[in-house]
Amino acid sequence: MSGLVTQRNAPFLLTGPALLVFLGLVIIPLGMTVLLSFYDWGQYKGIVPEFTLKNWIEVFTDSYFFEIFMRTFRIAFLVTLAAILIGVPEAYILNRMSPAWRSAFLLVIIGPLLVSVVARTLGWALLLGSTGLVNQGLIALGLIKTPLEFMFTETGVVIALIHVLIPFMILAVWASLQRLDPQIENAALSLGAGRITIWRRVILPQIVPGILSGSIIVFALAASAFASPAIIGGRRLKVASTLAYDEFLNTLNWPLGAAVATLLLVALVLITVGSNRLIERRYAQVFE
Amino acid sequence: MRRNGPLALIFHGLFVIFMLAPLLIVCVVAFTPEGYLSLPTRGPSLRWFRAIFDYPEFIRAFRDSLWLAALSSTIAIMLAVPAALAIARYRFPGREAITALFMSPLMVPHVVLGIAFLRFFTQIGISGTFVGLVLSHIIVVIPFALRLVLAASYGIDRRIEHAAISLGAGTATVFRRVTLPLILPGVVSGWLLAAINSFDEVTMTVFIASPATVTLPVRMFLYIQDNIDPLIAAVSACLIAMTAILLFALDRLFGLDRLFVGSGKG
Repeated sequence: MSGLVTQRNAPFLLTGPALLVFLGLVIIPLGMTVLLSFYDWGQYKGIVPEFTLKNWIEVFTDSYFFEIFMRTFRIAFLVTLAAILIGVPEAYILNRMSPAWRSAFLLVIIGPLLVSVVARTLGWALLLGSTGLVNQGLIALGLIKTPLEFMFTETGVVIALIHVLIPFMILAVWASLQRLDPQIENAALSLGAGRITIWRRVILPQIVPGILSGSIIVFALAASAFASPAIIGGRRLKVASTLAYDEFLNTLNWPLGAAVATLLLVALVLITVGSNRLIERRYAQVFE
Repeated sequence: MRRNGPLALIFHGLFVIFMLAPLLIVCVVAFTPEGYLSLPTRGPSLRWFRAIFDYPEFIRAFRDSLWLAALSSTIAIMLAVPAALAIARYRFPGREAITALFMSPLMVPHVVLGIAFLRFFTQIGISGTFVGLVLSHIIVVIPFALRLVLAASYGIDRRIEHAAISLGAGTATVFRRVTLPLILPGVVSGWLLAAINSFDEVTMTVFIASPATVTLPVRMFLYIQDNIDPLIAAVSACLIAMTAILLFALDRLFGLDRLFVGSGKG
């Protein structure tokens, strides 16, 4: 290194451009949004830059908002649970396949991640409609008489979100399965352990960190998902993100929308950072 | 390691059907000859694919999306390469915090980012412009670019650079002739992943797009909000086919597992 670039200032010169971009385009806009949530708003006067707590009081006291936030986190929880129950066995099955089959099926599982979420959710809207294939199939099998309601219901939103987010769980669990020594499983087998015992006492404890980090990702993305709840849930079944969208682009009550968005951000940061801390403390030895 | 039993394979088969069913149904419905949503029971028809060309807004949105993806991922990679080299090589105060900041767009819900950009761009007067779209997309794709360049930067043997310096190469020459070729796989895959994520982004973009500048996913989203018909299925089918082709190409070039697995949060 020569001239003005020294060992001391090099890292700051190198990260400088990106830092400036983040300062101007992330920190300042986010700060302005938080500030906006304390502004006043009226149907005819628009946004008034006067400090008020009324948006926050409204968000915390109106049961309408409470219901929407409860629904958002209920959906996120159910999606995460389903992603664990389906994703963990699937990752395990994938890991036991021959490399050729595995890379073929990896295409099938990762592929949808690259397809626009709008196209994928459209597929679920076609499948889940009252005359969709799922209902036709269930009626043809004689399982149900009248079509089930999936569109505009939480069940429909959960199904679509499982499809959108389960690849993240499989990737996280598979990454931890790859670090597993297959000989340990064989050792347990040779010592007379049954299949269930091996799963519970040998494999599961080693992949728990992977499951937990996958769960955090799936939960955070499910709680902030927008396109799938908007298309499957419609205008009637609102979640936090579609509520913020409506406040901003339909009602035009930006300060209230900003309060909803800020609350969603703060809640998610607390949940993800908190559970990360918990996992790192509990499984410190696994991460070393 | 033991092989998968029949139960495991049935589970796997059902899962694969679950993953593919929504994509296949879109592609099948797109070939319907009817004027409403239905399976093409009277044989396939290209009617709805031809109809796309009567809606220039889809074609225009597609072109804008491609430009946006190319521009924003190129700028993102130009910011990410020096930042990744600094993070990989130096121990400096604030290193962890800076890394966390650059990765934060993955953590912040895109709805919140969209709202923040809408507010900010309205204040500075670039709301609804293409410049605004590019600026916002740079932010959301930087984590993808940074992560892959960072992974490549950690793997460099610095003795090669030291050898170049001892032979009299200047800083610029070392970067251009030694460092860049070594991290090139990370730079290319980082750029690609950034471009794909920019092309697909809808949640944040829906806030800052305007009728004049709108991306393809946002145009499709707004169309679906009004009604679902075979036309939108045909547009989606084109998108799915394009992605499938790209996917096979990527798998051949890099190996998909290298691109995604072990990269943690995707």
